[in-house]
Amino acid sequence: MAEILVLAEHDGESVKKVTTELLTLARGFGEPSVVWTGPGADGGQARLAEFGAATVYVADSADYDDYVVAPKAELLAQLVADKTPAAVLVAATSEGREIAARLAVKTGSGILTDVTGLSEGLVGEQSIFGGAITVQSRVRTGTPIIAVRPNAVSPEPAAGAAALEPVSFQVSDAAKNTRVTGRVVAERGERPELTEASIVVSGGRGLGAGENFALIEQLADSLGAAVGASRAATDAGWYPHQFQVGQTGKTVSPQLYMAIGISGAIQHRAGMQTSKTIMVVNKDPEAPIFELADFGVVGDLFKVVPQLIEEIGKRSEG
Amino acid sequence: MNIVVLVKQVPDTWSERTLRPSDSTLDRDAADAVPNELDEYAIEEGLRLQEAHGGEVTIVSMGPEKATDVIRKALSMGADKAVHVTDEALRGSDGLVTSAVLASVLGRTGFDIVILGSESTDARMGTMAAMLAERLGVPQLSFASKVETDGSAITIHRQADYGYDTVEAALPAVVSVVEKINEPRYPSFKGIMAAKKKPVETLALTDLGLDAGQAGLAASATEVVSFAKRPPRAAGEIVADDGDGGTKAAEFLAARKFI
Repeated sequence: MAEILVLAEHDGESVKKVTTELLTLARGFGEPSVVWTGPGADGGQARLAEFGAATVYVADSADYDDYVVAPKAELLAQLVADKTPAAVLVAATSEGREIAARLAVKTGSGILTDVTGLSEGLVGEQSIFGGAITVQSRVRTGTPIIAVRPNAVSPEPAAGAAALEPVSFQVSDAAKNTRVTGRVVAERGERPELTEASIVVSGGRGLGAGENFALIEQLADSLGAAVGASRAATDAGWYPHQFQVGQTGKTVSPQLYMAIGISGAIQHRAGMQTSKTIMVVNKDPEAPIFELADFGVVGDLFKVVPQLIEEIGKRSEG
Repeated sequence: MNIVVLVKQVPDTWSERTLRPSDSTLDRDAADAVPNELDEYAIEEGLRLQEAHGGEVTIVSMGPEKATDVIRKALSMGADKAVHVTDEALRGSDGLVTSAVLASVLGRTGFDIVILGSESTDARMGTMAAMLAERLGVPQLSFASKVETDGSAITIHRQADYGYDTVEAALPAVVSVVEKINEPRYPSFKGIMAAKKKPVETLALTDLGLDAGQAGLAASATEVVSFAKRPPRAAGEIVADDGDGGTKAAEFLAARKFI
């Protein structure tokens, strides 16, 4: 069976959910092999086996974290040359897309970004123009390089060997021209990552002030959700920029998206339109966000949301 | 400092955007054309670097004839000159082809720093900085929310899901910016008048030593097989809050097994 390379996203200890989604998708088109950069493959092995990885190529070097993107692309290019896989799958995170981009240039291959599904012949489905149009695309030159949108595929287990196979690969000096010298991690408590979360609660202009985001955080925590924000809210400095959902921010497609005090300008809709279920709370019945709502409450969010949090609390106790 | 800013003309997000049924490329006539929003932040950052370090800001844009509008806007903000790559043969070029053409233009202009928006509002791939850095063999400083340089070394804050990384490299380099980086200036009346007299060099593929076979839809490594309008979402249930809106919302979440 054809081999498909899947680049693992991990935190040095465990595999991120998106990697299990990629493995699930890859299994439909061949035998998935995982590429693991940096330390921690031992820790991730069990979960990779659970989702059907046959082999785990382990390139354990600090270079992959110490330099921006290029070393990972260089490693993948080498593996593409050695293994001639049927495709390379990466997560469509900002870094994943960049790795895919450099790999595409290196191997002269076509790249599909933000793919939400794959069908016969590795035809990728994409949602463009803020979700208005669904496109089916394929790569016709080189090895298909496919960046898959997190949360687009439901992970399903299937046993695999996940045999660890060390890869001896020396990152070139040329790929070490951009050095990471520090990392500042923003506080988000125990909340899941925005693009990976199955529930996202977002707040917008209707909150009126930064301190009122505490209410959004409280609702999110009652559901184990990530917190997002509209551009109006991040522009006003009410919530950090990296949590912005929308055209100039993150694209999310969780199982449940809750838009609180967000009017639903196209700029915002572009980032959340493919969410499976959408709930809206807004005091303006004319707000365009209601067009997307599976369930909407027209009312004062400062009354509706506390009541909702209380109800969720009651139900989780019972 | 030789500063080059890449700008792209895109269909207005607020207008109805679609693809041409004949070849599945962007229907440029269907929507109003505007500058890509993030590019204005790139122009602003270029102008700020020029104010601090001197030198020139050159705008480079690849696109149809109509793209002169976004080039003039960039010049009216204060850039010095522009290069416009325009050729019917470029229509339908994918990211890979576009990066090859832009890399070739950058070879001509030379640069200490190339600045661009981290993604365009139409294709939204977010890959151009990486592709250009790879082709040009220079550092990739992408998703910058802050840029500092002394003219030889450059440090940025690279925006990430978890916060940001501090990233260092030596110039020349490619930098892509996120909107957090600055507040773009509005063109002044004087700037708008001055822009009309600033030089814009127009290049065709042959001027870059490329032929039509290396560009456009035919040379692209990807193709659109089909496309369709997304069906509208089924109308949901909208209730007015009569003091029990939160309870009703919780009932909905319970019915859908979210709680």
